[in-house]
Parts: sequence; C-alpha cells; structure tokens
Amino acid sequence: MAHAHDAHAHHDDHHHGPDKGIMRWIKTTNHKDLGTLYLFFAFTMFFIGGLMSLVIRAELFHPGLQFVQPEFFNQMTTMHALVMIFGGVMPGFVGLANWMVPMMIGCSDLALPRVNNWGFWILPFAFAMLIGTLFMDGGAPAGGWTMYPPLVLQTGNAFPFLIFAVHLMGISSITGAINVVVTILNMRAPGMTLLKMPLFVWTWLITAYLLIAVMPVLAGAVTMLLTDKYFGTSFFTAAGGGDPVMFQHIFWFFGHPEVYIMILPAFGIVSTIIPTFARKSLFGYDSMVYASASIAFLSFIVWAHHMFTVGMPLAGELFFMFATMLIAVPTGVKVFNWVATMWKGSMTFETPMLFSIAFVFLFTIGGFSGLMLAMTPVDFQYHDTYFVVAHFHYVLVPGAVFSIIAAVYYWIPKWTGRMYNEFWGKVHFWLSAVFINLTFFPQHFAGLAGMQRRVPDYAVQFTDFNVISTIGAFGFFVAQFIFIFNMLSSCFGWFGRKQGLPDRVWEGAHGLEWTVASPAPYHTFEDPPQFSDSEGTAIHDEAVAKA
Amino acid sequence: MSGREQQQPSVRRASNMHAVRLLFVTAAMFGFGFALVPMYNMLCDALGINGKIELKAADAAPVDVDPNRTVTVEFVTTVNGGRNWEFHPDQPSIEVHPGKLYTVTFFARNTEDHDLVAQAVPNIAPWEAAKHLKKTECFCFNQQPFKAGEAKDMPVVFMLDPELPPDVDRVTLSYTFFDVSDIAMKPN
Ligand code: HEM
Ligand SMILES: [Cu+2]
Repeated sequence: MAHAHDAHAHHDDHHHGPDKGIMRWIKTTNHKDLGTLYLFFAFTMFFIGGLMSLVIRAELFHPGLQFVQPEFFNQMTTMHALVMIFGGVMPGFVGLANWMVPMMIGCSDLALPRVNNWGFWILPFAFAMLIGTLFMDGGAPAGGWTMYPPLVLQTGNAFPFLIFAVHLMGISSITGAINVVVTILNMRAPGMTLLKMPLFVWTWLITAYLLIAVMPVLAGAVTMLLTDKYFGTSFFTAAGGGDPVMFQHIFWFFGHPEVYIMILPAFGIVSTIIPTFARKSLFGYDSMVYASASIAFLSFIVWAHHMFTVGMPLAGELFFMFATMLIAVPTGVKVFNWVATMWKGSMTFETPMLFSIAFVFLFTIGGFSGLMLAMTPVDFQYHDTYFVVAHFHYVLVPGAVFSIIAAVYYWIPKWTGRMYNEFWGKVHFWLSAVFINLTFFPQHFAGLAGMQRRVPDYAVQFTDFNVISTIGAFGFFVAQFIFIFNMLSSCFGWFGRKQGLPDRVWEGAHGLEWTVASPAPYHTFEDPPQFSDSEGTAIHDEAVAKA
Repeated sequence: MSGREQQQPSVRRASNMHAVRLLFVTAAMFGFGFALVPMYNMLCDALGINGKIELKAADAAPVDVDPNRTVTVEFVTTVNGGRNWEFHPDQPSIEVHPGKLYTVTFFARNTEDHDLVAQAVPNIAPWEAAKHLKKTECFCFNQQPFKAGEAKDMPVVFMLDPELPPDVDRVTLSYTFFDVSDIAMKPN
C-alpha cells in the first residue's frame, strides 16, 4: 500500500494478490474488490433504511401519535425510500454486476477500472450528505422521495444537499452503466455471441442503457428545482408562469424506467438460479431476451400512470392505461418461462432456489396489483393509498431485494470458497417469506379501505391491519441478521468454515464463472477463455435442441 | 489496473471510443430533460389540454349569442402558501349565455403590514373549457402591487364562446394569488 503505483509501470503486479490494509480498498480498481465494496455499502444502506422503516412502522402500530412528530415521520418516509432505492437496491445490483459480469463473459476486469473505483467512492459522500441532513436545521427532506414541487421547495437547509446528493448518485450510476455497456459489448470471450450471453449479462446490458437514458433526466429535473428555489427561474412555479405538474411529467419519465432498472437485473438473477436447481436449461432463452428489451422500451411510454389523477384528457388516460397493461405481456412471458423451466425439472430446494421461487410467486402478486393500478378509473380510488404501498413493496422487496439475497447465497461460495450454512439459510428464507407477507399483504386491504399513504396517524378501523404489518416488519428486520451472520461467516471463515469447494460449486450450474477456482482468484481470465459449446448449450436451450 | 494492461490495444481503443460516445448520450439526455419543458408546453398549447389560459387579452369579437343555452360559471379563489390575505369573488357564480360578454369583480385586501406584489394565476376546469373562455380584461394579466392594508376591486370581463362542447354545463374559473414580491416586474 505504501508504494505509489505508476499506472503503467507495474506490469507484473497482477500476478500478486491485492495490496494490504485500508489503501487496498480505497485505491482498488479490481472488479472483485469493487463488487465487494458495493455489496457491503448496499447492505449498510439496507440496514439504515430498514431502521427508518421501523420508525415508520412503530409509529403506525396504533392510531394517534405515539413516538415521533409528523414532521419527523415525513422525513422518515422520504429518507427511507431514497436510501433504499439509491443506496440499497441500485448499488446492490451494481456490486453483483461488478463481480459477475467479467467472470460471466470471460474478461479480466471491467473496461474502465479507474472509473469504476471513482463511481463507487462517490457513493459514501453522496449518502453522508443525504443522511447528514437529518441533523440540520429544518431536518431532512420530508416532501416524499418523488420531490414534487411546490412542497419540496419548502425543504429547509437540507434542500441543496438533497439535490447535490441526487446528482452524485446519478453520476455514480451513470459511470457504472457506461462501464457495463462498454465491457459487455467489447470484451466478451471469443465464441460468446450476444445470444449466448448469460441472461444476467443481458438484463444488465439493458438496465445500463436505461440508466444512461434516464438518470440524466432526473439530474435535469432536480437542477430545475434548484434554480427555481435559488435563482428565480419558474420551471415549476406557477407564480412565474411555470407548472408544478410539469415536474411530475419529467420526474416520471425518469421514474418509471427507474422501477425497471430495479427489477431487470433481478430477472437476470432468477433466470440464472432456477435452471441450476431445476437442472434444465432456461426455457425460452430468446423470448426472455426479447421480453426484457420490450419491457425496457415500453417503460418509456407509460410514465403518466403515476399521474392519472392530475386531470389528464381522456385520450391521454386511455393511452397510458393500455400502454401500461401492455407491459404485463412481456412480464407474463417471463413468468411462464420460469415456471416452464421448473416444469419436470429435477428440482432441489437450496436457499438460493427457495428465494428465487418466492420471487416468481410474490413478484407476480406485485405485478397483478400493478395491473389493477393501471386501470385508470379504479386508480382514482387506489392512488396515494396503502394499496400503492403494497404494490411497490411486493415488486421491490420479495422482488428486487429477494433476488439480491438469492444472488449472494448462490455466488458466495464462489466468492469466498466457503459454503454458507444451509440450515440457517433455510431458516432465514422461511422467516423472511412469512414476515414479508405479514408486513405487506394487509396493506392491500388497508389501502382498499381508504387508508392514505404518508400519514403518521389513521382512522381506528385500520388498526388491525397496521398491527399485523408492524409485527411483520420487525420480524423481517430481525430475521435478516441470520443472513448477515451466515454470509460474514463465509467471508471470514467463522465457526470453522473451511475452504475447499469444487470449481462448479453447484453441479447443475453453467457458465464461465464456474470454470475458475473457488474462491475465484484475484485475477481471472487474464487470457480470454474459449467459450465452449457445452457451456453455451447449457445456457441456451435452442442450441440444446439443435445439438 | 492489471486487467486494463492485459487488454489488447485495439480492444482498449474501441472501449474508450465507446465510453466517449455514451458520455455524449448522457449529455444529450441531460439536455433532453430540459427540452421536455418547452415540448410539454407546446403540446399543451396545441391541444389546449392544460386548463391554462393565455395571460393576455383575447379579442372577443361579438358573436351570435345563444340565448337557449345557459352555463354556470363558478369562481374559486385561493391564496398560496397559507397567507391570510382577503381574496374572494363578489359573486360565487353566475349564469351565462355563450357568446355574450360578462363582467364580474373580485375583491382583494393586503392584510399584511408591508407592501407586496401579487400575481394571480388562473385555471379552468374542465380542461376542455379552457380554450373557449375568452377574457378581454383580467387582473391576472398583470402583477398587482398592493400597499400595506390596501384593498381593491378587480374586474374580469369574459365570454364563453359558442363552440364550448355541448356537454359542458358548468365551468369553474379558479384564481390562485401568489406573492411575487421577490421576483416582481421580471418578465416571465
Ligand atoms: C406489471 C407491471 C407493473 C404495472 C402494471 C405497474 C403499475 C403501477 C401503477 C399504475 C402505479 C401508480 C399507482 C398510483 O400511484 O396510483 C405504480 C406505482 C409504483 N410502482 Fe408499479 N407497476 C408494475 C411493476 C412495477 C415494478 C416491477 C416495480 C419496481 C420494481 C414497480 C414499482 C412501483 C413503484 C415504486 C410505485 C410507486 C411510486 C410512488 O408513487 O412512490 N412497479 N405501478
Ligand atoms: Cu410506473
């Protein structure tokens, strides 16, 4: 660590292991190190965001105000969402991409390793700034993660920090996305054509394009908020001829693709795990690719389903209603393909498989509630109620978050060379599955019965639903420590866990990442591997049929 | 770094070019975010779908009055930001015949102890009516200076043109008063 690296003059460095000490992590440009950093960062943010959600759930345990003031409650809902979305789910997926994309396509690192280091190290600063606003005059932002004006313009001293934090997160995501695109399109092992890429690589490629397309639009939108507040512009200020609804249009032009940014990599993960434990190749590989691409395309033309109630013309409401429902078609293709992959497979139920099956089932519930919300006339009733909260938590927690957990269980033996504890993995799964449904299922009913979202108090008839929900939330939070300890034990060899796993840790797994040693050496695929036909045919079912 | 050293120069050059191209896309999308503002405005103007009315006098040439059709026009007033200025219409609603000019008045008083400049922003519901409500005179065309404690009666002269869609029998004209002292007199 002490010797200064000349970027070009350490040609034999890659035969050594990593540097020692803290500087290893600060200066590292190694995709595996950065993947690890991203994942530790993401889980730290999940923890902080989780604590915020517990404040929310504790307050909602009973009607009336118990623990916190309404102002603080609103800060919690706003910060919880921002921390979970931009600090938890998105960096979590970037961490997995860092680890797995190079190993899956057979190259030695991402195309732009310095940029990769930089993209990661922006994040701690962004979130220190964002979370630091909790201690400022006027408190943290409290106008909702959607930052609608004019409300958000009333934020106190925290306002510019919110905007700059969003800018930094955006820069970090964009650098990560550019890196992923460039790597995938230029550095695949010989023989790996686009339609032979593992699905995780495919879905991340599409996700990266979405990020490049919409994160700058978000940056523009929050910049306009900033100039409206401090520099006298009137983009969204009615008094000066602007229009607050305009912000909603611009925000959701980013916002809807953003929700697919948070789910497409998850699709890739379960499309990798299910074939392994069903011991069959993925059913309908090509249709999975085309479905992902059409979802990405459609996600650009449905944004106004978040704004059905602003007073749109009938033609607009009809257009956005039908366009939204159209997304259910490619999504349905995917769900059917996962089920067909399991059909008549020789299934076993290791922990990653359990989380993936739960994903298929529970994500689909979230998709169905999405379809209900997509119907304009009924959305007038559901909008801004707990029904919406239930919908997006079903797609995000047992959806995106379960997929991240499944991915960590699935690949951690490859990363650390030590198997996780299967018994505690299963305990963790069942507790999570039960508690997450306890948390979010009753919110459907509370919402249908008329309980609004983002309120610290509610009418007494909603009490029972909220009691159940709060119990579920605390249970889910506590259960996650089983996971954390299980994974840390694999990392650090606690409880006498020994290395010594075969390369192909799961005998049904396919892909280049399973052809290197476990744990994966610090540098892999310095010489591009030949992507063998057998590995390819196992990934792509059509090729099997032809073989 | 080592991974990068390992890359063939041709791959490396291609990657760098690719990254630069994507950076241009990023910059273009940042611009696109801002371009959405005029794009939406043009779309709303062209289709008249925003409930917004032009902030300048319409030339309401006299047209055939349709005495058989009566439409109720309601007036709603709001003061932005919870200020307690007095601001209300002198009549909550009136019955009008499309094609005829009417005059209504609004009352406003600055109850604060300092001078200020206010701007009223109109909006119309249902949105289909927006482009059929023609105003020849309105206090919303200009910023309104108020001395501390000053009160004003402010007229609006308007007509609904006969092309108003037949299923509309009730139109709401709302005004929100904003304190624009900080940005007063700047053309928007
Ligand atoms: C079949 C697919 C889906 C459909 C038809 C759908 C439809 C909708 C609709 C209509 C709303 C607006 C509800 C309202 O505010 O009244 C909504 C909200 C939301 N959806 Fe979905 N959705 C789908 C999938 C997803 C996915 C995959 C995610 C994320 C992984 C997601 C995340 C969200 C979020 C976060 C919100 C709430 C945003 C907010 O207001 O804070 N949705 N969805
Ligand atoms: Cu959406």
